[in-house]
Amino acid sequence: MSEERTPLWEVFIRARQGLAHRHVGSVHAADATLALQAARDVYTRRGEGLSIWVVPSAAITASDPADRDELFEPTASKIYRHPTFYDIPDDVGHM
Amino acid sequence: MYTQGLVSIEGAGGAEEERFQARVDAEERIEPNDRMPEAYRRTLLRQISQHAHSEIVGMLPEGNWITRAPSLKRKAALLAKVQDEGGHGLYLYAAAETLGSSREEMVDALLEGRAKYSSIFNYPTRTWADIGAIGWLVDGAAIMNQIPLCRCSYGPYARAMIRICREESFHQRQGYEIMLTLCRGTEAQKAMAQDALDRWWWPCLMMFGPPDGESQHSDASARWKIKRFSNDGLRQKFIDATVPQAHYLGLAVPDPELRFDEASGHWHSGPIDWEEFRRVLAGGGVCNRDRLEARRRAHEEGAWVREAALAYAARQRRVAA
Ligand SMILES: [Fe+2]
Ligand SMILES: [Fe+2]
Ligand SMILES: [Fe+2]
Repeated sequence: MSEERTPLWEVFIRARQGLAHRHVGSVHAADATLALQAARDVYTRRGEGLSIWVVPSAAITASDPADRDELFEPTASKIYRHPTFYDIPDDVGHM
Repeated sequence: MYTQGLVSIEGAGGAEEERFQARVDAEERIEPNDRMPEAYRRTLLRQISQHAHSEIVGMLPEGNWITRAPSLKRKAALLAKVQDEGGHGLYLYAAAETLGSSREEMVDALLEGRAKYSSIFNYPTRTWADIGAIGWLVDGAAIMNQIPLCRCSYGPYARAMIRICREESFHQRQGYEIMLTLCRGTEAQKAMAQDALDRWWWPCLMMFGPPDGESQHSDASARWKIKRFSNDGLRQKFIDATVPQAHYLGLAVPDPELRFDEASGHWHSGPIDWEEFRRVLAGGGVCNRDRLEARRRAHEEGAWVREAALAYAARQRRVAA
């Protein structure tokens, strides 16, 4: 039963105007048009979205989870990037 | 789905397994490319793909009644429900694919009879009341099983289950409404509802799996937070929730030993015929052959569509190049 594999697409949906498209899952489809149709059938049966993006899964470059510490750990020590790092007297009022 | 280079930590030594377990214990979610024990990956892949197959095969017994639904309202609801089940299968296949299997491999495993699916779908839908009983009881049992899976340690599975659980509630309610309508109808209609309950009750209790202690995969699954409640615990929860619903319908639960135990606050039920469970699981159910036949036929008859779509896509790419 081996036949040519149908490509995989990642599906992103905008739930409402004003929100970003968000990853919801994936579908298999031969081309982009069919992927959009499949995404519409599979992921928006109850008004979940107003706009769909489909992206070939193979086109996504992901960071390696093993690099997580190297990539994201340094920000933990940079507390001066946060507003609470700075002392402003209460008398100044809200800032 | 971006699973190039799956990293298994088999043989990497106890320290790494311990680190993995610590993440699970801390309720951290495991995501597709994370390092994971090979046994964790295999367990999940088996469970998620079996679950996906169950959703797909589960379309058949109900699909059997779409053309014969008694009204347009019932027909629209049943069509929507069966379509949802197809969607559930697809969400789950996608989740399973993140563990390094392909859709084609999983479909082949099902069609070649190498993969399991829930044995409840090997029972026939003989009357319209069976459609009511399935929604009420089969989807009801599925909901009981699936709600804890929304917190499963594997992210893609948990997310698929959240979508699924949101959709299941309509399935159960439309089924119960069918039962209610039959039970408020003629004597013959009520008898049909009773007959459906008689046939579906015990198989539904079996949906929760073998009794605790006999279940093969439970220990590791509990440790990995794939499974959060025991089979017997979930089964009892289902019985406690469902018996009063049967009484509301004015139907009798087909269990002579059923009685409410004041002390524990639970319904006590009689023994389950596990021999039947094993027989149906092993292929001896009324519909095992039909179900696989139907799936094979659908796959084969759809082959030209897949081929044509791929050929068209290839030509479009050539034209563009
Ligand atoms: Fe489902
Ligand atoms: Fe399900
Ligand atoms: Fe369902």
